[in-house]
Amino acid sequence: MNTNRRHALKTGGALSLLSLVAAAGWLKPGDAAAADAWNKSAFETHSLDETMKALGGTSPVPSNDIVFFSTPDIAENGAVVPVGITSKVPQTESIAILIEKNPNMLAAVFDIPPGTDPSLTTRIKMAQTSNVYALVKANGKYYATSKEIKVTLGGCGG
Amino acid sequence: MRTMIRLAVAAGAAAAFAASIGAALGESTADEIAKYREALQDGNPAELWEARGEQMWKVPRGPNKVSFERCDLGLGPGVVKGAYAQLPRYFPDAKRVMDLETRLVWCMVQQQGMSEADALKNTFGNGSAKRSDLEALAAYVASQSQGIRMNVALDEPHVHDMYRLGEKMFYYRGGTHDFACATCHGDDGKRIRLQDLPNLTKVEGAQKAYTTWPAYRVSQGELRTFQWRLNDCFRQQRFPELAFGSDASIALTAYLAGRANGAAYAGPAIKR
Amino acid sequence: MADPMKIRANLVGDSTEVKVLMSHEMETGQRKDAQGKTIPAWFIQKVNVTHNDKVVLAAQWGPAVSKNPFVSFTFKGGARGDKVKITWVDNHDDSRTDEATVA
Repeated sequence: MNTNRRHALKTGGALSLLSLVAAAGWLKPGDAAAADAWNKSAFETHSLDETMKALGGTSPVPSNDIVFFSTPDIAENGAVVPVGITSKVPQTESIAILIEKNPNMLAAVFDIPPGTDPSLTTRIKMAQTSNVYALVKANGKYYATSKEIKVTLGGCGG
Repeated sequence: MRTMIRLAVAAGAAAAFAASIGAALGESTADEIAKYREALQDGNPAELWEARGEQMWKVPRGPNKVSFERCDLGLGPGVVKGAYAQLPRYFPDAKRVMDLETRLVWCMVQQQGMSEADALKNTFGNGSAKRSDLEALAAYVASQSQGIRMNVALDEPHVHDMYRLGEKMFYYRGGTHDFACATCHGDDGKRIRLQDLPNLTKVEGAQKAYTTWPAYRVSQGELRTFQWRLNDCFRQQRFPELAFGSDASIALTAYLAGRANGAAYAGPAIKR
Repeated sequence: MADPMKIRANLVGDSTEVKVLMSHEMETGQRKDAQGKTIPAWFIQKVNVTHNDKVVLAAQWGPAVSKNPFVSFTFKGGARGDKVKITWVDNHDDSRTDEATVA
């Protein structure tokens, strides 16, 4: 963990500052986020606090306006865990998925430009049973909700 | 130290989980797993194999530069629509009952001029470094039978013999564990951990199982064919390795495909 | 070269529903091979979806997105015949762009 922080400090300066602000396209929604550099530091974090720092944000406010859908409580296989997230927070700019007990916490950040529904599904890997956070940035503020997903090992399938 | 803490946490979580499963075992667990499977249905990576197989089907291949459009899967050269639902079948040109994979290999060798060793290279793929043409081709051909009822010609004498042989093998106990296919797949309600095992001696069990292979296995990130399924069952029974395309593999396939007759083919599916 | 994506873009009411499957290993860099050597990380880092040259979804991913990734989402507008274009770039700087027609 220490080495990560040192790495972040060492690579400081203008470039890093920009990438922190731009953090995974958390700049302006739809503002050519794909052109931004991949936010390496954010994808190497191990706690919610660290992730929030790397994303350039503050502690998220718990919100009931963020809802998991098509997301089962139990995953038969951790390699493919379906996750669906809808945000009813007005002016949602992006949706991120964080997995508490994965080796690195942040799994994905999706920028939601105006005109795109703040709702999506994807599939993530989970190393073990864990809380999964849906983190939403809306109007410059952060909101989150979480859900525990249990991961089982299966049999031989069929 | 860190490892120990991690292990302790993992063990704690596992114990808590085991307890919660134990308490909840039954409907709610089964319901949640059903939900998991349902959520996977939308967007099956098997489609990526189907697309690659379709591409491969149309391209001239092998030393003879012949495409699969000359390959007769039983309904005429190049006809894929509905072909999988009638396999295995007897092919007079090969004088053999063949399943899909065996027939594809036959076309590669006899028509495209490939060596058998080349045709059988990478029967089961492993990532982008070792991709299997056969798995992609099988995915494509099978996908072209979606919604078509299984109709294996059990009244054809050669197929009938294979079916009977497959039935015998299904119940034959052997190996270091004195196992048969029927040990796991002969009764209702059997499972390995949380995985329900289909009862293949019942028509609905055989239908549901057979019509969903080939399948994308999320645990492997690969598309697997029925030859693979049987091969892995043999491994799990500690039997000698089932040779790809052997009569033994085709007999078992004929038995299970034949028992699935009447059900609409529903693959390639997605499984855990 | 990477395999093509499988993209579906369907008009549902006044919105376009996009579903995409990508062919990618999404190797985490945490696994070891049979010889005990670490398999290097290899995963898609950036995804960009445009409709008529306007960005409708942009993403950054880590290796915890599943192998052969799947994403579905909906944007307002779109008409039959419009193009939806998707590009991904991985950590090897390999990239792939595919297009689908809104149906």
